[in-house]
Amino acid sequence: MTSSAMTGTYLSEGAGPRAWLLTTDHKRVAWLYLVSLTAFFFLGGAMAVLMRIELATPAGDLVSDDVYNRLFSLHGIIMVWFFLVPSIPATLGNFLLPLMIGARDLAFPRLNLASWYVFIFGSLFALFSVVAGGVDTGWTFYTPLSTLYANGFVSTAAFGVFIVGFSTIMTGINFIVTVHTLRAPGLTWFRLPIFVWTLYATSLVMVLATPVLAASLILIVLERVFGIGIFNPDLGGDPLLFQHLFWFYSHPAVYIMILPGMGVVSEVLPCFSRRPLFGYKAVAMSSMAIAVFGFLVWGHHMFVSGQSAYAGVVFSFLSFCVAIPSAIKVFNWSLTLRKGEISFETPMLYGLFFLGLFTFGGLAGLFLAALAVDVHVHDTYFVIAHFHYIMVGGMVTAYMAGLHFWWPKLTGRMYSETAGRIAATVTFVGFNLTFFPQYVLGFDGMPRRYHTYPPEFQFWNVLSSAGAVVLAIGYLMPLFYLGWSLFRGARATDSPWNATGLEWQTSSPPPPHNFKSMPIVTRPAYAYDMKGLEHERFSPHLEAGR
Amino acid sequence: MSRTESVAFDNPRRERRADTFAMWVFIGSEAMLFGAIFLVFLVAHLDFGPAFAAASKHLSVALGAFNTAVLITSSFTMAVAHMFALHRRWRATVWALLATSALGVCFLVVKSMEYGKEIAEGMAPLLGLPFRYEGPDPVHAEFFFSLYFTMTSLHALHLIGGIAVIGGMIALWRTASPANRLHRVEAVGLYWHFVDVVWMFMFPVLYLINR
Repeated sequence: MTSSAMTGTYLSEGAGPRAWLLTTDHKRVAWLYLVSLTAFFFLGGAMAVLMRIELATPAGDLVSDDVYNRLFSLHGIIMVWFFLVPSIPATLGNFLLPLMIGARDLAFPRLNLASWYVFIFGSLFALFSVVAGGVDTGWTFYTPLSTLYANGFVSTAAFGVFIVGFSTIMTGINFIVTVHTLRAPGLTWFRLPIFVWTLYATSLVMVLATPVLAASLILIVLERVFGIGIFNPDLGGDPLLFQHLFWFYSHPAVYIMILPGMGVVSEVLPCFSRRPLFGYKAVAMSSMAIAVFGFLVWGHHMFVSGQSAYAGVVFSFLSFCVAIPSAIKVFNWSLTLRKGEISFETPMLYGLFFLGLFTFGGLAGLFLAALAVDVHVHDTYFVIAHFHYIMVGGMVTAYMAGLHFWWPKLTGRMYSETAGRIAATVTFVGFNLTFFPQYVLGFDGMPRRYHTYPPEFQFWNVLSSAGAVVLAIGYLMPLFYLGWSLFRGARATDSPWNATGLEWQTSSPPPPHNFKSMPIVTRPAYAYDMKGLEHERFSPHLEAGR
Repeated sequence: MSRTESVAFDNPRRERRADTFAMWVFIGSEAMLFGAIFLVFLVAHLDFGPAFAAASKHLSVALGAFNTAVLITSSFTMAVAHMFALHRRWRATVWALLATSALGVCFLVVKSMEYGKEIAEGMAPLLGLPFRYEGPDPVHAEFFFSLYFTMTSLHALHLIGGIAVIGGMIALWRTASPANRLHRVEAVGLYWHFVDVVWMFMFPVLYLINR
């Protein structure tokens, strides 16, 4: 980066590996995460592409069944724990949370850096199990497969995920304390940007759910290494217990993954339709509702695992309930667009794609929450399509929206708008081409996790595999034009999208401690209908409690 | 005291509040960890009550009760350390902290004696050791002992962590400002009490239930 013209920014404060690897500046830690997560994203993505190529023909000709089992297991483990869970919180959240609330840094800057090292340490265990020969349990580590029968490196992979859990908890504690104690004067809870609300809700889930995952993974490692039989029926244990513990974490973890994405979209949609977010309080509170309800629905993963029918009915009902706050958000986002002056910059394209794809995936979730339908489509490609619409179509799309939206703030540079719009569109087309056929396949009964299939499924599988190639191109493009913009992009102004929010009030890129003077907030969030807010935001003379 | 440890804070009182709050959030997280395992135990107890009750009789209530007393005393010395810290009597604070960690070590010594006894009697279903239990329903008694070893060793690990943190705090004692000393004692104290409270639940649940 040519820093000559960018003196006094966080990027010009010391170069070289030492200045980056020992930094406690939340903005630089965000970059450390961004670089490592990008590497994991493409590693996990490469495995998915291999799987799709294998599935282009009904016979298992490219990889053996054993290798295929390892591919989908590592794809899941890497994507869930080494990309999706930390993705938006650890990169954009880390960078933006202090900026958005007018703070100099997160409450515990050293803890923040430590969380990255813990993340890397844990990921080394996972990478070791990749290199040493892989894991074949699926990302869910179900017992007794993972404890008694799996012949891969389950203990190291599980231990890696366990360690990464600590990094997640550190980030969660840091965010919660930061939001509580470091808001700028005048920034009341109901003036917080929705992105901050969703990070807060996410952090709560991180802090309260991750330890339960830790408990279940410890028990697996204890069983494999020390022979303690909590999940082994021969020793009096109960394999189903693992599923309860695992999903008690992993269902809320789904909301860890999607909530920050909802936050990003809540920033992008109002900005590019020049309208205040419709129903601010409802959107804020629905994030909290999702965080709470998320803890009560884990049993819907176990409808066919032999839990009691009564438990099934209750979990089904609660799963329908969790759809309500999500629907509230979707309706509010849609109404935000109404009568807006909509323009289609890259972040907005991604944001609108999110809206469609998330709704589509969410509606399929309702099918799956219904007991009888779930029995039919359980463990089929229908489930795969459903959660990829949420996780990739929803979360990764929102991540891309956020990355493009705040890229000028992160780097002080603009990327090529044309390239951005093309990449967004290619991603959207590639995504639907990849995953829509999987709904059809699943409904027709193609089970997940097999490397061969009957020939009658080939048509839809070929479409899906072709889509995967398009999708891969869509994700590779930003790597190039964003990388290019780092060095050659046009200089960004402080607020290139003319957006509200404290992060746009400071320079692009921000100075080391974010603000030259302490910002004072006099406006609600998303005041796109008010005039001259750029000046008022910083003026202490205006009334503080309007 | 105008210095803060983190650049994010401009005044130490807010920072101290944030530190204590962070420790509470962390304790909430820890409570979920132990909560999950307690829940496993309680569900198993509902299913296999008689087997668990019979197996529980093989634990040494005397040693368990002694250890409970040791931990309660250590919580007391920790509270005393905090009291001294509030009055800025630093030497007395350090002594009280040392007493706290000594009691922690005492707990661990007694606990490992207990483990030794259980292993010698063939009641430890781990590392392929022979399991020689001669009560009713030995399979589910084995489950009981699996849970017993998991729960108590997880608790012991937390205690070891607590002792290490007290040690680290004393090692850094000279470099810390009075304000830092106080809020470190406060945060570590909270953690220590939490680990004790976990044992206060573990003792009756493992040793005394249906006795």
